Amino acid sequence: MSTVTNDDFKSYLTPFNIVTGLIIIAGLIVTVIRFTGGLGAVTNLDDNYPWGIWISFDLLCGVALAAGGYTTAAACYVFGFKKYHSAVRPAVLTAFLGYALVVMALHYDVGRPWRLPYPIFVQQGTTSLLFEVGLCVFLYLTVLFLEFLPTLFEWKGWRKLRDALVKMTLVLVIFGVVLSTLHQSSLGALYTIAPSKLHPLWYSAYLPVFFFVSSIAAGLSMVIFEGSLSHKYLHRMMDSEYNRNHDDVVLGFAKGCSWVLFGYFALKMIGLTYDNNWSYLASGFGAWFLVEMLCFVALPAFLYAVGARDKNFALIKWTAILTVLGIVVNRFNVSLVAFNYHLPSEDKYFPAMMEIIISVFIVTVGVVVFRFVSTRMPVFFEHPEYKGQH
Amino acid sequence: MKRRSFLGLMGAAGAGLAVPATARAAAKDFRGYHDTPGVLFDGTRCIGCRKCELACNQVNNLPEPEVPFDNLEILNTRRRTDSTTFTVVNKFDTPGGPVYRKNQCNHCLEPACASSCFVSAFQKQPDSAVDYDETVCVGCRYCMIACPFEIPTYEYHKAFTPRVMKCTLCGPQMRSGELRLPGCVQVCPMEAMIYGPRNELLTLARRRFAAFPGRYVESIYGEHEMGGTSWLYISGTPFSQVGLREDLGTKSAPELTAGALAAVPVVVGVWPVLLGGIYAINKRKEKIAAQEQQQAVSAALAKAKAEAKENLDASLAKAEESANRRVDNEVKKAVKEALAKKEEELKAAEASATDEEEGK
Repeated sequence: MSTVTNDDFKSYLTPFNIVTGLIIIAGLIVTVIRFTGGLGAVTNLDDNYPWGIWISFDLLCGVALAAGGYTTAAACYVFGFKKYHSAVRPAVLTAFLGYALVVMALHYDVGRPWRLPYPIFVQQGTTSLLFEVGLCVFLYLTVLFLEFLPTLFEWKGWRKLRDALVKMTLVLVIFGVVLSTLHQSSLGALYTIAPSKLHPLWYSAYLPVFFFVSSIAAGLSMVIFEGSLSHKYLHRMMDSEYNRNHDDVVLGFAKGCSWVLFGYFALKMIGLTYDNNWSYLASGFGAWFLVEMLCFVALPAFLYAVGARDKNFALIKWTAILTVLGIVVNRFNVSLVAFNYHLPSEDKYFPAMMEIIISVFIVTVGVVVFRFVSTRMPVFFEHPEYKGQH
Repeated sequence: MKRRSFLGLMGAAGAGLAVPATARAAAKDFRGYHDTPGVLFDGTRCIGCRKCELACNQVNNLPEPEVPFDNLEILNTRRRTDSTTFTVVNKFDTPGGPVYRKNQCNHCLEPACASSCFVSAFQKQPDSAVDYDETVCVGCRYCMIACPFEIPTYEYHKAFTPRVMKCTLCGPQMRSGELRLPGCVQVCPMEAMIYGPRNELLTLARRRFAAFPGRYVESIYGEHEMGGTSWLYISGTPFSQVGLREDLGTKSAPELTAGALAAVPVVVGVWPVLLGGIYAINKRKEKIAAQEQQQAVSAALAKAKAEAKENLDASLAKAEESANRRVDNEVKKAVKEALAKKEEELKAAEASATDEEEGK
């Protein structure tokens, strides 16, 4: 008896499980400290920096990088790129988990998380862009859940429920695009209220447009990036249909992403010109702005184009990582680096260790759940009973 | 129906229609609540005694600070408001000697905190105070991001009941009759602050500019900044030298976010139509493609059928012909054979006849 248990125990001791296990234990410890000692016990937040990396990374980056859901679903169902069909389920699952984790992270960040439903159900502050974000994220999380449910129902074999939901696909996809457009853009628009705090190179009345357009690039790049990760670690779950279309998806998304990034670059230049901020380029912040624009926007736009032309999959994969990094850099610039640019450097915020632990913990939870779902439910493969019925 | 009650009803209906209309018109062209109370702070009078800080602490029942209020050494370090301090006086070294300025919530005419709050926890009251309702506050701290004067603070150390903390203009105390003036205004030994209707304060400030030429920078801070504030400042040194930002602009917070909010109905209205249209176009393209394919297939089928029929006919004809030919040949052969047989018989008959004749 004891030998069996020992063997079982040993088989769980893979490097992946050990690392995730440690992170989750650390995360749970910090969670207890956070909810018993308050925000001050675990964060470096102060009155000048009410928003730290839980907003910059978990909310702003999390939402942008979960944009793969609406971009892939829209490409497949609305724009008629049927060959992307096999990419929809992994993208929707990632988006659903991404948004669920954003909401989870917000429970850590707000002072009284049990009141998070208040803006929707108790008292609505409709003049606030955060209200728009909250309402859209709440509705979109519901939409993503409904889009994901057929996967679960196929796994469970609940055919009737599954068929009823699949019929609603188009409506859900269009609703999802509307909601995504609104909250992706309003995350940028949050900062339009504070022109005196955000450096002019990043502040613009066009912030909502910048955030929306860059979220498309983020979403497409994340689908490419996750696809390559999944190929490496979850290959056994993929059917021939998924594998046959995967190259098409990568090439198509690389082309699309190149196009979007060029457009985003142009928009940023229009913003710069509109506010006549060129003179700021000759400063420290200006140099950093140029790094962001040239290395993380113009360069990937060019590399994607080359990769798509030459069918160079390795190049496309690395460009996707560069683009994702670029989005992270942009969101951090807007919310932290260029925010409170007028304050002396000793008043600047730097995240506490425990803040970082919570952010890593939340990403880890996402990876573990993704692995759990995709190794059991028909995500990378079509369920044999429902082949071609989408 | 009596005439009077009918008229009354008509009047009520008219008022019901008219009120929202005027309210909307007012919102479109808002000029600020100029007759509501405000405070004028005169920087040339402040001596940095911190009596206002003490009074504020007492009337709001705030915890006693580590550094007592009679310690003026602390003026040498730059301070901001925090969760237990609603007002601070800072000392600024200027070419003309030290200058003091009090800092607290400016009670904006169109507050950024109120505009940014997603549960409407902040309300601008008729007595000018920007009130905060802790019973709905979620603690998102967007108000702290939004405030251009860096005033709201947060109780980060509280696990269960953290609140946003800021000056209330002593609104609760004055409404209950406990105070007649805000605590800080009442206590100031130099009368550096005057509480009164905002438009009168603006007039008073200009009167001082005229009465003491050269003493003031002749501009009133807060008259237009971020849409105007209830708290107004006049100073002998440029405002930027006493920690008041002069680059805030005159646009109020609601104006800054109006564009982004206006995009919501556009997206909600246009996107489904546009995306539905794109879907329909693609669907139609697919349908036409399918039809064309169908047509091509059936045309090819028909052609193949016709060709097959032709072939069949041709081969049938050929087969018939060859069959006929074979029958002909057979017949010919049979006839030939029959004829040959007949001839042989004939020959044999002839031969036997000659034999018989020879035998006679």
